[in-house]
Amino acid sequence: MKLKIWGLKKSIWVFHVSSGACNNCDIEVLNCLTPKFDIERFGMVLVGSVRHADVLLCCGCVTKQTAPRIKRLYEQAAKPCFVVAVGGCACSGGIFRHGYNFAGPYDKIIPVHAYIPGCPPKPEAIIAGAVKLLSTLK
Amino acid sequence: MKTVIPIGPYHPLQEEPEFFSLTLDGETVVDLDVRLGYNHRGIEKLAETKTWDQDTFLIERICGICSTSHPIAYCNAVEDCAGIEIPERAKYIRSIIGELERLHSHLLWLGLAGHFLGYNTLFMWAWKWREPILDLFEQITGNRNHYAMLKIGGARRDIDNEHIPAIRKCLNDLVGPLEMVTKAALDDPVLHARLKGVGVLKKEDAIKYCVVGPTARASGVAIDVRKDEPHAAYGIVKWNVITQEEGDVFAKAVVRLLEMFESVKIIQQCVDGLEKTKGAPFCAEVENIPPGEGIGHYEAPRGETFHYVRSDGTNRPVRHKIRAPTYVNLPSFKASCIGQTISDVAITLASIDPCYCCTERVAIVDRGTGRKEHISQEKLIHLSQEKTKKLGLNPDRIGRKIERWIAR
Amino acid sequence: MEDIIKKIKEGLGKKIKNWEEKNPRRIYITIDKEDIREVARFIFEDCRARFIILTGIDTPHGFENLYHFDLDSMGIVVTVKTLIPKSAPEIDSIATIIPGANFIEREVCELLGVKFAGHPDPRPLLLPDDWPEGVYPLRTDIATDGTPKNK
Repeated sequence: MKLKIWGLKKSIWVFHVSSGACNNCDIEVLNCLTPKFDIERFGMVLVGSVRHADVLLCCGCVTKQTAPRIKRLYEQAAKPCFVVAVGGCACSGGIFRHGYNFAGPYDKIIPVHAYIPGCPPKPEAIIAGAVKLLSTLK
Repeated sequence: MKTVIPIGPYHPLQEEPEFFSLTLDGETVVDLDVRLGYNHRGIEKLAETKTWDQDTFLIERICGICSTSHPIAYCNAVEDCAGIEIPERAKYIRSIIGELERLHSHLLWLGLAGHFLGYNTLFMWAWKWREPILDLFEQITGNRNHYAMLKIGGARRDIDNEHIPAIRKCLNDLVGPLEMVTKAALDDPVLHARLKGVGVLKKEDAIKYCVVGPTARASGVAIDVRKDEPHAAYGIVKWNVITQEEGDVFAKAVVRLLEMFESVKIIQQCVDGLEKTKGAPFCAEVENIPPGEGIGHYEAPRGETFHYVRSDGTNRPVRHKIRAPTYVNLPSFKASCIGQTISDVAITLASIDPCYCCTERVAIVDRGTGRKEHISQEKLIHLSQEKTKKLGLNPDRIGRKIERWIAR
Repeated sequence: MEDIIKKIKEGLGKKIKNWEEKNPRRIYITIDKEDIREVARFIFEDCRARFIILTGIDTPHGFENLYHFDLDSMGIVVTVKTLIPKSAPEIDSIATIIPGANFIEREVCELLGVKFAGHPDPRPLLLPDDWPEGVYPLRTDIATDGTPKNK
């Protein structure tokens, strides 16, 4: 486990999850890849498979249609896998929490290790949140 | 097409149900179906529980990239219901915010289209050129997205005239790269080979499916809410509606590229208007919303956004109907995707610029064998990128042109 | 503008039960629900209007269907209103005349509970697969969170 955590701190593989989102948080996550913020220089890489993921970046409030799928997704991720809720909707449901299709927020379905509030949180906030999470790992 | 591919970085849902269902005959698409609902949040119902003013904040969050389009249409609807006329300065403010949003939205699309074709350099540069616009938004409104600048009766906050030099500089810095990319794209033989004649939406289909926005204008249907029903500053400033005739993906790309220049023109003129109306009121006094109904629409980057409100004189709407442009553009896939090969599906789907909360996984049914497979959006994009490479020319010519231009 | 008003009034004749011009750009026409196919066809094909969307409202008098059409070149929105009794919530579908109306009729059917007779593909559109039968979120007797309101 210690080796994995050490490896994780050096190079984090991030998988992006989205459900019931307005897409602003998703775009800010993608903005982190672009030249201005360029998280790849920190070793953070966006991966295409949840099985390779160290960190799940979760956006959006969760809709009923996707809730069971999110759970399955988390179960398939190799542990330890840290879940980060990005944006107001992912942290608490935000402005949509009274809706009839609302099944979240994420911490009702899967364990969440870090919350990054904002609507949407700036890329700097997302990077700061990820770094803060890593500094708590022993 | 034979393996189950795990989910891509944009839409990571792994299991059923399929979102797009394609029926193939060999490599050709013969039918298409679509399943929505993954992002359905019940906003129309939520809107009935909020006050008229609170609704503006809810409505902004329908879509992140059309963040100001929905509030403008909503405010137009309520102002139509109550017969409110907004002050001149508010018209300039609304148009500036709306057109800046159009610029960053079209640049976002340009980047994604580049990625789908294998031009990752274009993706990176287009998204880099978006950043100064987002920074400008933060400077003049307080946030990169979800600006909360709209209010029934005008604008919620003023744009301080001391920001005008920053706005002008941002636009001037953008025009050079835009001209370079437009010229590079219009001349590029690989883009011509990949996009011309692909995903054609004929004019009669565009009318039948009632499509809107650049999707319609690229098929020769010259509709644009800003011209047809001028509101905000669109009737005051000079600008042109951009149309093309061919209806293919290349035409849609050209419409979006040329529209960006029109947006720059509009913003420059509106900024002149801000200088003229310094110190003037930017919001009308609104006491209450009388009983009645109102309709408002606005030309979002993707097309017409339509809002209908009904009031019974109380503080909350009785009914608030919202229609986003992708809702009517989406079914036109039935006309534009059929007859295409599977490697062209990704770029055809992307050409209507769907709010990509819509594009998830795809299922393929091989009509010959009757076997059903699942294919992810990432795999579709990969097929599209492979097709570009197979054309034998260097796929990232545009990337090299951009880099030479930057280094000049 | 007078020409198009004249054309619509002559073309629809007695089908118009009420005509309201709220302002120069907003016309509201009330018709009987039986005439919807003929009226929609006339406005879409003969007047060359673009179908925008259909709004369904649960009112105390019944379900109101508002069909919004845009006469783009004139910047006028024509709304056709019909009232459907709650005891028999059914109306003819216009999706075979206007393919652009296909999705919205499916949505109004599942969110409001109005059936569209003759719709080529009456599957649910938006709600989750396990949504309970007979619960229509946009009806006034259903709360925001989808549960029935306490009387």
